[in-house]
Amino acid sequence: MKKIHVIASAVALTAVMSSNAFAGATLDGVKKKGFVQCGVSTGLPGFSSADEKGNWSGLDVDVCRAVAAAVFGDAGKVKYTPLTAKERFTALQSGEIDMLSRNTTWTLTRDSSLGLNFAGVNYYDGQGFMVTKTLGVKSALELDGASFCIQAGTTTELNLADYFRANDMSYTPVTFDSSDETVKAFDAGRCDALTSDQSQLYALRIKLGNPDGAVVLPEVISKEPLGPVTAQGDDEWYKIVRWSLFAMLNAEELGINSGNVDELMSSADPNIRRLLGKEGIKGSGLGLPDSWATDIIKQVGNYAEAFERNVGMGSALKIARGQNALWNKGGLQYAPPIR
Amino acid sequence: MADEQRGVSEPAKPALWRRPAVRSLFFQLLLIAGIGFFGYTIFQNTLHNMQQRGISTGFGFLNSEAGFGILMTLIPFDETYTYGRTFLVGLLNTLLVASLGIIFATIIGFIMGVSRLSRNWIISRLATVYIEVFRNIPLLLQIMFWYFAVLRPLPGPRQSMIFNDTLFLNNRGLYMPSPIYEQGFWLVVVALLVAIVAAVLVARWAHKRQEATGQPFHTVYAAIGLVLGLPLLTFLMMGSPLSWDMPVLQRFNMGGGMVVIPELAALLVALSIYTGTFIAEAVRSGILAVSHGQTEAAHALGLRPGPTLRLVIIPQALRVIIPQLTSQYLNLTKNSSLATAIGYPDLVAVFAGTTLNQTGQAVEVIAMTMAVYLAISLSISLFMNWYNKRIQLVER
Repeated sequence: MKKIHVIASAVALTAVMSSNAFAGATLDGVKKKGFVQCGVSTGLPGFSSADEKGNWSGLDVDVCRAVAAAVFGDAGKVKYTPLTAKERFTALQSGEIDMLSRNTTWTLTRDSSLGLNFAGVNYYDGQGFMVTKTLGVKSALELDGASFCIQAGTTTELNLADYFRANDMSYTPVTFDSSDETVKAFDAGRCDALTSDQSQLYALRIKLGNPDGAVVLPEVISKEPLGPVTAQGDDEWYKIVRWSLFAMLNAEELGINSGNVDELMSSADPNIRRLLGKEGIKGSGLGLPDSWATDIIKQVGNYAEAFERNVGMGSALKIARGQNALWNKGGLQYAPPIR
Repeated sequence: MADEQRGVSEPAKPALWRRPAVRSLFFQLLLIAGIGFFGYTIFQNTLHNMQQRGISTGFGFLNSEAGFGILMTLIPFDETYTYGRTFLVGLLNTLLVASLGIIFATIIGFIMGVSRLSRNWIISRLATVYIEVFRNIPLLLQIMFWYFAVLRPLPGPRQSMIFNDTLFLNNRGLYMPSPIYEQGFWLVVVALLVAIVAAVLVARWAHKRQEATGQPFHTVYAAIGLVLGLPLLTFLMMGSPLSWDMPVLQRFNMGGGMVVIPELAALLVALSIYTGTFIAEAVRSGILAVSHGQTEAAHALGLRPGPTLRLVIIPQALRVIIPQLTSQYLNLTKNSSLATAIGYPDLVAVFAGTTLNQTGQAVEVIAMTMAVYLAISLSISLFMNWYNKRIQLVER
């Protein structure tokens, strides 16, 4: 009977323990581990892709690095988990990763029913189409009856269906698990057009056998605000991710970059002094060291630096800032003030 | 046992809790209760945790609109149908590839299994090479080989390979004319059903007559004649009530007709060839299990090689083959879930893939998918066990 008692209490204990597991702070777990486990794509140039040495880079990767810089003062303390679109939410829900930064569209369904919180928007995107030049198509409205290569489990699948239904046209979806497979299938002629977020189309075009043979159509058929995501139920961690992104945006707005941050440490501008942890609430509100934003700017750079380096003119993608310019320069990027 | 019982029955009966039967029952109940409690705890715990994390639960999502398209559907489907419908579409696609795969694998397996025992050196060696090569390469690689290396390099729709002006082969699939049934075609179907019933009756009559008089009857030829002849006759008498919808090249794809998509073809070929090797080995072992004395005895009775194989060897070999065949059928069905690697829209790719991701209800979706595979597998083994029992040796 004693044995049975032990087993019963052990069962009861696991029940209690596992129900508590989620309530604990992610920050403590991250500090204990010594790194941030970040979910990224399986390879999307400009946003998250690994080079031949296994070093990850990209606009989404920079958000992970910014969080690591804020927590540890070292942007290198990140471990990456490459995830397909189908795997990403389960990985976050199950606690396998601490945050997801994987060109993920913020939608009501995802925000309200998946147990997730979107921490902001690091790239404003919209869905577009890419076709081969030989097809002679000038507009998406000419694509009636065409087949499309799509990545499974994305908003792309839904937008495409909506667009064709609204315009009373027919289409054939050919879905694959990773964006890599979709671009290979498109290259081999399995489908007439590749559809995805426009930024991705430019990124994937680099992977084609003959990038100049393909053209991105002018239509943008949806709103795709892409941003980092955390699991619901840990507000502290959610705010750290959220404000790491805001710090990069605010740094750009205040003209602070990785090059001049050391000089500006002695600046008299109170806005700059607050961001760099010289006055105001500093890091205590987030439970971080006072130098959290300074570390982000030093090691990752401000938003403009990250953008240009990964997807802008300093990269192979050559995407213009467009909607992703700061609010005071005609774009949509706007971060709440640090005060 | 018997001694003990006699031993304890002489003095007064022991207390209830000392009786072995009662005690063992008690502990078994306790074990069941423990397992039940464990399962219940996990279930409750999952529910509790999901609720706490704001993940929606329940099966209500099955009734909401799916909003995405599927490449191949056997039943009407578009983005206005529900998630529940995507489940059905995926299930039917899985059943299609599994049942076709089982048929082809069985045909390939029986031919190759018999060939391997052939007295012809070349045939038996070819069968051996086939079995050893395809049995020992992982299935996933074979699927990818057929899809990426064989079917993908086919020309585009505008440069289709055309056979006889009716079949069009390109990298979007194999396009065939599809039949359009016109008025009066139902009579042909009726004729076919009548012919099948008649063939069964003829077979019964022939069997009875042979039992009574020893006179054999060519049942097979008669049945083929009936099943082919009667519908054909009706078809011609009704003035050929059937026309064909030919595939035509449209702006982007071929339109009209029927299409076998390359994803289905690759999966089917790989599954059939791979499972065929195991069935071939099962067939070979079954035939070898029947002792040579049986053949000699049949020959001594004056049976020719054909009837010997049909009436003596195969019925006995089947007893050995069927149980192995069952597990190969189960393997094939479960392996069909590798479809997701090449984008064939089976249950795993559509329902446990896209639907799961769009709704985020992993626990429900995965549970449903697992339950389906369990149900399919149990049905197959139930049927095969029934068949196995039927063909067991009946001793007179």
